[in-house]
Amino acid sequence: MRNDHRTVHPYIPNSAPAVKEAMLREVGARSEEDLYEDVPEALRFRGSLELPEPLASEHLLRRHVEGLLSKNRSCKDILSFLGAGCYPHAVPAVCDEVNSRGEFLTAYAGEPYDDHGRFQALFEYASLMGELLDMDVVNVPTYDGFQAAATALRMAARIVGRREVLVSRAVSPDKLSKIRDYAKPRLSVRVFDFDPATGEPDRDSLEEMIGKETAAVYFENPSYLGVLATQSARISDVAHDAGALSVVGVDPSTLGVITPPADYGADIVVGDLQPLGMHMQFGGGHAGFIATRDDPKFVMEYPSRLFGIAPTSVEGEYGFGDVAYERTSFAVREAGKEWVGTAAALWGITAGVYLALMGPHGMRELGESMLAKSHYAARRLSRIPRVRAPRFRGPFFHEFVVDYSRTGKSVARIHRALLRNGIFGGTDLSREFPDLKGCALYCVTEAHSQEDIDRLVDAVREAVA
Amino acid sequence: MKDIAAARDSRGAPPLRRFHQARWDEPIIFELSAPGERGVLVPLAEAGVRRAVGDVVGSLPASLRRKTPPALPEISQNRVLRHYVRLSQENLGADLNIDVGQGTCTMKYSPKVNDQLARLPQIAELHPLQDQDTVQGILEIMYRFEGFLRAISGMDAFSLQPGAGSAAIYANASIIRAYHASRGEADRRREIITTIFSHPSNAACAKTAGFDIVTLHPDEDGYPDLKALKAAVSERTAGLMITNPEDTGIFNPRIREFVDAVHQVGGLCAYDQANANGILGVTRARDAGFDLCHFNLHKTFSTPHGCGGPAGAAIGVTRELARFLPVPAVTFDGKRYRLDYDRPDSIGKIRPWYGVAPVILRAYAWVMSLGAEGLREVSRVAVLNNNYLLKKMLEIRGVRAPYAKGRRRIEQVRYSWEDLCRETGVHTEDIGLRAADYGVHYWMSHHPWIVREPCTLEPTESYSKADLDEYAAILRHVAEEARTDPERVRTSPHNSAVHRVDTRGLDDPAEWAMTWRAYRRKSARSSESHGGEKT
Repeated sequence: MRNDHRTVHPYIPNSAPAVKEAMLREVGARSEEDLYEDVPEALRFRGSLELPEPLASEHLLRRHVEGLLSKNRSCKDILSFLGAGCYPHAVPAVCDEVNSRGEFLTAYAGEPYDDHGRFQALFEYASLMGELLDMDVVNVPTYDGFQAAATALRMAARIVGRREVLVSRAVSPDKLSKIRDYAKPRLSVRVFDFDPATGEPDRDSLEEMIGKETAAVYFENPSYLGVLATQSARISDVAHDAGALSVVGVDPSTLGVITPPADYGADIVVGDLQPLGMHMQFGGGHAGFIATRDDPKFVMEYPSRLFGIAPTSVEGEYGFGDVAYERTSFAVREAGKEWVGTAAALWGITAGVYLALMGPHGMRELGESMLAKSHYAARRLSRIPRVRAPRFRGPFFHEFVVDYSRTGKSVARIHRALLRNGIFGGTDLSREFPDLKGCALYCVTEAHSQEDIDRLVDAVREAVA
Repeated sequence: MKDIAAARDSRGAPPLRRFHQARWDEPIIFELSAPGERGVLVPLAEAGVRRAVGDVVGSLPASLRRKTPPALPEISQNRVLRHYVRLSQENLGADLNIDVGQGTCTMKYSPKVNDQLARLPQIAELHPLQDQDTVQGILEIMYRFEGFLRAISGMDAFSLQPGAGSAAIYANASIIRAYHASRGEADRRREIITTIFSHPSNAACAKTAGFDIVTLHPDEDGYPDLKALKAAVSERTAGLMITNPEDTGIFNPRIREFVDAVHQVGGLCAYDQANANGILGVTRARDAGFDLCHFNLHKTFSTPHGCGGPAGAAIGVTRELARFLPVPAVTFDGKRYRLDYDRPDSIGKIRPWYGVAPVILRAYAWVMSLGAEGLREVSRVAVLNNNYLLKKMLEIRGVRAPYAKGRRRIEQVRYSWEDLCRETGVHTEDIGLRAADYGVHYWMSHHPWIVREPCTLEPTESYSKADLDEYAAILRHVAEEARTDPERVRTSPHNSAVHRVDTRGLDDPAEWAMTWRAYRRKSARSSESHGGEKT
């Protein structure tokens, strides 16, 4: 294509012919080809890239992408009771406002001077999470809750100097898949069961399995199946008695009313920040947190950056910087702990904004609202003949398992009927848990209304009739 | 009317900006707390719900119930907003500065239209477990985008699951491990070879995946040392993980020989394409013989950096390795898009769900805006901009561009201020911080600093000639100031949000504080023991 026929693209200012000519002259090149002189001909791609014709005007680009997106039906169009690790919550407008500020959205790796705002916002995020979790150290976020759990287990193994980790079976199989892949180079992973009646971690199963090689016990509260662990302190004790660490996964949206894992002996607490101010985004709103006490034995095992507060040359001025930077792969490459890289910082900042907006009262009301609405849903569903809700006896938070096995209809069939009524039923658990055939995981949050729940109940009643 | 502009232009040279960053001296958020204030109200359970279920919290076992409320601050909504907007003003995003200083980061323009598209409810309000018929639009975008990457790289199959570049490198290392395990050679193939000028994650992620790392240092011309590579390969070699061009911006013309040497001993080659911005449509991973590659969507493909994420990366492999890619794969049967989990040899999941969808959408839209010729122009101009800035930088006394003397660079350059430092005692950190007084910054280098007193600049295609001239003029001015008033440079920044940070406590367990509560505890102790004076 020749310059004189081509329109200069708005994203490439120096494509304008006159300025490009001037720059080429100044660098002593006849054409751009000269600048690629170090790429041997044998490696030169001389074909054309098979890409669609461009939509250079913003208007046409918008129409094209909006056209593709119009083939999606979102949870604004369809009433959804899906959870299973990605949650529909009310996202405060100020959260969206702050994470769309260009100053935050387009920043990256500046110094604690020119990027002071980022350092302070992330220090505040860590501080707010520290209060929620009752812990003194919280990392700059990692990618998601899967990574947080997997890294925490390797951290535990390094701290204790052992090679086995015990993981509850009531964990998302996807998360377990990640943990297994991540543990593979170093650790063996064994799975301990949950009680089929209560849904809670089975202490007997754990005690049978734990031994001198166990570095950590990992369980979640609430579990993937929604059940709260009433024996969590005893599980931590079992771990500690064996010389292992207690690693607990938690949903931060529950901690306005549920006691934080530090209260029942957790040494490392992990989870995902998505519920704290991030839209679901088809799974694009995740960020992982790892928290511990302020003990160098723990601190020095974090792979993530850790931002600390520091004085400056001006009295009373707050400054920030990296704590124990030499621990990281940025500083010492493969001698660092695992690795650190770009992950989900803007979601960390957003979670901080969320917690600042909610305050202690908001977090309490959030928990109360979720509990009331989810229990209302379970109670009304359980009144439908042959529907068992919840399936497990153990207390639950905002998710619970509904057992349709006595209705004679598969979960898939029931959910197709629900979808015809404009509703996404809960996750079909049959594929992931062979012992939970005919069961589905329903999620009810503060974002649902009584009317939404009544609509679900009516539709389920109709679907199983 | 007075000619205002005349006063701005001194001696015919472009004037230096009289910049001052916002400095709000903002307290820490907890200090804004005022009991009773509320930031946002929660949709409570309706009366009918409450009547039906009673006090659910009270019915939970006491051991589960939170005893004391979390000590979060209580702040009204506009005060929270004001606090964070002020902090944002104390942050030098690419939107507001000539961000050519963050080498290897590719700080190109992130188009606003793509941000707006990514916030539409038809992506923002999708649950990943929705019936697949209801998410055909986003699946189509993912499928098509993988097709773009196949065309750009020549590789056969892609996964968009990794959350960013290092996650992709780890996944590639995991695939390499799985490949050798499938051939019964996992125990033998223990080594991954990389170079000191490749991103540290190539070493660190491969180590995390269980490999021993062999790191090659450059030859005296700054190229990866082929002799050293040939000495390093053996039957223990699992693979090579390398960047090209490396972080020096120098293209390794013998990359094919590197790949061949590793293939000869049965190893695989993974191409870290974080530095792809200068070579789109110029040279492809496939043509150099690579078995795996990865791209950073938040670098080459324009998605915003977000202060360090959310981001995204794409891993590409040859047909032979496709079976190891993470699940699910996005497939198309001519009518419908599907998430396919039937991949028994997959390394499994490396993150929840399928990838960072809003990031993938932005990257897709960026490619659709430019097309094949547009992508080539992106690279051509990125390279032109870089060589132009190189010329400007080399006109500054005290700067060198080590290695490959007289040769061109691709998309970035690692400079050295060593000469200036020897002359004035001013270090690269100081120069970067003094540059912040003019509204720009730079990144020095990954560790270890093979190049002394480094700074690494990467213009990308987004900045104009005038922008590059301004950036070079700022560094030239600071270099001169290092000679005439070194103390001013050494004590910078002067116009930033904060002044020089005292970092001494950050490595001391007794002093460090990663949360406000830890800081309060430790500073109260020091207050007591020093009679009210802080250390």
